[in-house]
Amino acid sequence: MQRNVLTAFTLALVLAPMGAASVTAQETSIVVASTTSTEDSGLFRHILPLFKAKSGINVKVVAQGTGQALDTARRGDADVVFVHAKAQEEKFVADGYGVERFDVMYNDFVLIGPKSNPAKVMGGKDVVAALNAIAEAKTSFVSRGDKSGTHSAELKLWTVTGLDPQKDKPAWYREIGQGMGAALNTAGAMGAYVLSDRATWISFKNKGTLDIAVEGDTRLFNQYGIILVDPKKHPHVKSKPGQAFIDWVLSAEGQNAIRSFRIDGQQLFFPNAETARQKKAG
Amino acid sequence: MDGANALTLVLSGDPTLFRIVGLSLSITLSATLAAAAIGIPLGAIVGTSRFRGRGAVIVVLNALMGLPPVVVGLAVFLALSRSGPLGELGLLFTPTAMVVAQTLLILPIIAALTRQAIEDLWAEYAHELMAMQVGAINRVMTLVYEGRFALATIVLAGFGRAAAEVGAVMIVGGNIDGFTRVMTTTIALETSKGNLALAIGLGVVLIVLVTAINAATWALRAWAERHAG
Repeated sequence: MQRNVLTAFTLALVLAPMGAASVTAQETSIVVASTTSTEDSGLFRHILPLFKAKSGINVKVVAQGTGQALDTARRGDADVVFVHAKAQEEKFVADGYGVERFDVMYNDFVLIGPKSNPAKVMGGKDVVAALNAIAEAKTSFVSRGDKSGTHSAELKLWTVTGLDPQKDKPAWYREIGQGMGAALNTAGAMGAYVLSDRATWISFKNKGTLDIAVEGDTRLFNQYGIILVDPKKHPHVKSKPGQAFIDWVLSAEGQNAIRSFRIDGQQLFFPNAETARQKKAG
Repeated sequence: MDGANALTLVLSGDPTLFRIVGLSLSITLSATLAAAAIGIPLGAIVGTSRFRGRGAVIVVLNALMGLPPVVVGLAVFLALSRSGPLGELGLLFTPTAMVVAQTLLILPIIAALTRQAIEDLWAEYAHELMAMQVGAINRVMTLVYEGRFALATIVLAGFGRAAAEVGAVMIVGGNIDGFTRVMTTTIALETSKGNLALAIGLGVVLIVLVTAINAATWALRAWAERHAG
């Protein structure tokens, strides 16, 4: 008797949510491999219900660094990639894994650092000069070290300085191999500098002693792109709903949805798909 | 969402939180049932039989109790990926993949501890069972029945391990909002968003849940013991 009670109790617990899960699985759904900045900032929570209401398609977002997201797509485990490292994205398409890359939106990177200003770079406009000053002062710098879009951008900026801390591994350069939020948490705890995308920074809740040190340099531009995984490479790719999602994101409606996403009144992403399309046409 | 609100979230019956908790429980309970269904017979058979290489099997089972979740996750990921051997199934980034990963994670724990418990019981009952000329299968079933209370604790140990891990489900589930997001991956996500207080709040919720399940098992066991006599 007591066994039956236990069994019934367990089965109810196990089966009820499983049933719920299988119901959602039967709708049309696509997997989008995207970045932590778009997911963690809440952009997808803002735009996906609008797309779902319009199309009935369920979008499942796997948030990873750009490098990992492209790798997920390369293995065929995603239908669409929505990331921010143009060179890596173009290589992805050139290698035959993606159909075509479209610009979606942009924002910018910001150099974050301790308010105590140990490298005397606070309020600067020149990110390269700031990185040089950090290296000169040997102040801690946290690097994502995870092949993400932000990591690529950071390495590109170091190239401009002529330094190569990733190769030389000085003690002040800390590669943590983790996501943007984890890097900000680490930088806060260490009193270190770190490069962040602005969306993650604005939505980050543990700012503590950190603040923006350098912003507004044109070299801090951060472009996001979207690509359909090529069904010729992976025949199971849901290209129809995947393309529908891309078309919607690039449409006036999708672009407006991105524009209307705000945290504390601040716009986090600036749509620029139409200008990209016009350039293409012209 | 402020951290002090984790408790308010629970009390107010926030549907998102309930879905996350429900998914966590269903995945971990399914994995625990599957691992027990395989691990208990496996452990009991190893515990009551003598064969060549038995020592090696025991050492391996014991060693696998320390499997790092992230390694299990990676192995399941590689197997279930579209480019992997089981890619056809399309199971990556689904709750089923998470059940598979957690099952593999706790199977060695349940099998290894069952082996020890049953072997001890076997030493105690061997004489009687031999005299009664009970067959191998009946022998195992008798010992499992006699050891059911010890085995319940072993299954709970497996449950606890599965409920607590984040490394495997993060990799094979993908932490997809509303689909594969569970308690532990939510805690990791909120930590990375800097919502440290909310993350801790959810951690407390998780501990309370696991404690409640252990308490329920304990109560059932006490009740069963009273009625068994």
